[in-house]
Amino acid sequence: MVDLRINIGDIILKNPIMPASGTFSEDLASVFDIDLLGAHVAKTITTEIRSGNATPRVSESGYNMLNSIGIPSKGIEDFKKNILPIYKEYNTPFIASVSAPSADGFAYICDKISVPGVDAIEINISCPNIEDDGKAFAMRPNSTFKVIEKVRSITNIPIWAKLTPNTGEIMEVAKAAQDAGANALVVANTILAMQIDIKTYKPSLGNIMGGLSGPGLKPIVLRMVYQCSKVVDIPIIGCGGISNFEDVIEFILAGSSAVQVGTATFINPCVMLSILSGIKGYCEENKVSKISDLIGLVDDKNTPDTFALMEIDI
Amino acid sequence: MDNKSRIKIYEVDTEVISNNYINNDYKHLILRAPSRALDIVPGQFFHLQCPTFEGSISFLRRPMSVYQFSKKEKQIEFLYKLHGKGTRAISNLKKNNIFNIVGPLGKGFLLEENYKNIVLIARGVGLATLAPLGNLAFEKGINLTVICSARSKEHLMSIDLFNSLSNKVITVTDNDGSSSMVNLELLINNLMLSQSVDAFFTCGSNRILKLLKKLCGLNNIPGQIALEQQMACGIGMCFCCVRPFEIGNKIIQKRVCNEGPVFRISEALPW
Ligand SMILES: Cc1cc2nc3c(=O)[nH]c(=O)nc-3n(C[C@H](O)[C@H](O)[C@H](O)COP(=O)(O)OP(=O)(O)OC[C@H]3O[C@@H](n4cnc5c(N)ncnc54)[C@H](O)[C@@H]3O)c2cc1C
Ligand SMILES: Cc1cc2nc3c(=O)[nH]c(=O)nc-3n(C[C@H](O)[C@H](O)[C@H](O)COP(=O)(O)O)c2cc1C
Ligand code: FES
Repeated sequence: MVDLRINIGDIILKNPIMPASGTFSEDLASVFDIDLLGAHVAKTITTEIRSGNATPRVSESGYNMLNSIGIPSKGIEDFKKNILPIYKEYNTPFIASVSAPSADGFAYICDKISVPGVDAIEINISCPNIEDDGKAFAMRPNSTFKVIEKVRSITNIPIWAKLTPNTGEIMEVAKAAQDAGANALVVANTILAMQIDIKTYKPSLGNIMGGLSGPGLKPIVLRMVYQCSKVVDIPIIGCGGISNFEDVIEFILAGSSAVQVGTATFINPCVMLSILSGIKGYCEENKVSKISDLIGLVDDKNTPDTFALMEIDI
Repeated sequence: MDNKSRIKIYEVDTEVISNNYINNDYKHLILRAPSRALDIVPGQFFHLQCPTFEGSISFLRRPMSVYQFSKKEKQIEFLYKLHGKGTRAISNLKKNNIFNIVGPLGKGFLLEENYKNIVLIARGVGLATLAPLGNLAFEKGINLTVICSARSKEHLMSIDLFNSLSNKVITVTDNDGSSSMVNLELLINNLMLSQSVDAFFTCGSNRILKLLKKLCGLNNIPGQIALEQQMACGIGMCFCCVRPFEIGNKIIQKRVCNEGPVFRISEALPW
């Protein structure tokens, strides 16, 4: 028997596989028993009621997709009344996800949803900071620090900072999140992207720009997980383009404790189950009795640290 | 809804039985599928995984209404228009090829117990969506009127199928002008004078939606419409596929894949 359990701070996951925010809902229970997952991660909510962006909200590009959903949200009360109770029926940690336009806004919503049934809160800081210059909080260490520090002061529930790949300072941002009191990092959200229809000259998305997700993201995010693991001690949850068990093992070797699967579920709704049996098989074959033993085992001994941590100077 | 009472969605490999042209623009795909995936309500759809074709990748699945199905024969059929790269890749499927599909998805048409006379108005590929409703109405002994609209006589499809289900199949075309909204309105009004109509069912066309919103409203007759929107997950998770609906005095966004694809005509908004 392979031990697939993973600790994210005080939270024990029965295995390292969980869905990514915005790519999962209880509707997936129509396809398989979602109690088999390591955690349930809800779609990001905001305090404000939001209807989201104009359609088209999705397009495809090679083996990737672009989305500009825009965080539609029915607000906090709807979340407590209609979403939370669904997940109380499961024996799986439930992770809420929140966003806000300011540090105070984040603190407000985190306070409101620090209720029984919410095992951790993912802080989606990949959204614009409207009090500053509109750049996403997670693009810079100081705005990251401010949000996480504020949230930390208001709730005792574990907080996971979800970082953006749209930054040149991923390690500084990761460190800032840890220093401000985050219990884990989720690395990462989508990459800002766009696409143009050469027949109509129109951008493929109603919102012009959107987030790229899918397999193309994987090596980029894997690199970021590796870099972050060099500078933080808190657990890292890898997320980006994961589509099979090999990807998961790679992320764990790079320093992730667990992973989130997003886009792959759209293509193959059962993919998280196949991944689970895949990692079990891999561990059995390679005589790994505890999957947590693999975390950060990437063999980079012959590489000087300075090289590993360099930004783009290849 | 608790976990156990959920309707099941399956991801299954099917085998291509045939994939033939009906006319220049449309093909008819027949698949052998495991019967567990074939508890289908007319109006529901499947999410099809397009093969790679000549180096072109269709990453996302393509939504397609169920055209015909038989649990007994373990068969499911789609009628599709060659549109872009995904449908072109599907058109390249050959007999015995394996083809992965996810479904059944969404909420289909609802035939209320008291419906005795219904009218189906199908334009273009919309008839693919309405065809299984025709079968169900026939089985239930509901009196069926079908109005089929197309560009030309050559583009009219499935007339034989509808003729086997109804003795009132009316065809209208753009070529002879009979499909104009003015004519369609006249036709439907005359129909309502000669018989009672309990519900209208349609699909896809904006002009027909506008006309039916008016006629349903004036005559206080319910109607249902199947709508389309671009999709990613197809099962309600991503909110890519929303459209606006008017409920009370409010505009509400609903997911076509999950709350639909079939909606009340009174709530659907022309685009
Ligand atoms: C519920 C539902 C049922 C449908 N049933 C049928 C059917 O029975 N027969 C049929 O011929 N067509 C049907 N369609 C439309 C069909 O899904 C599109 O024609 C098809 O996705 C086009 O793909 P493509 O790659 O050929 O075109 P492209 O234009 O290259 O597609 C690009 C992207 O846009 C999406 N897209 C393009 N047109 C549509 C559309 N009208 N609706 C939704 N997504 C679209 C594609 O899925 C793809 O993601 C249905 C659509 C929906 C939503
Ligand atoms: C349709 C869609 C909606 C998303 N919504 C959210 C969201 O609400 N909150 C969030 O933090 N991330 C959101 N994401 C990002 C994913 O959680 C994930 O970080 C990203 O897609 C990369 O993983 P993947 O390549 O496995 O999809 C969304 C992604 C997609 C494709
Ligand atoms: S396509 Fe994902 S919610 Fe409808």
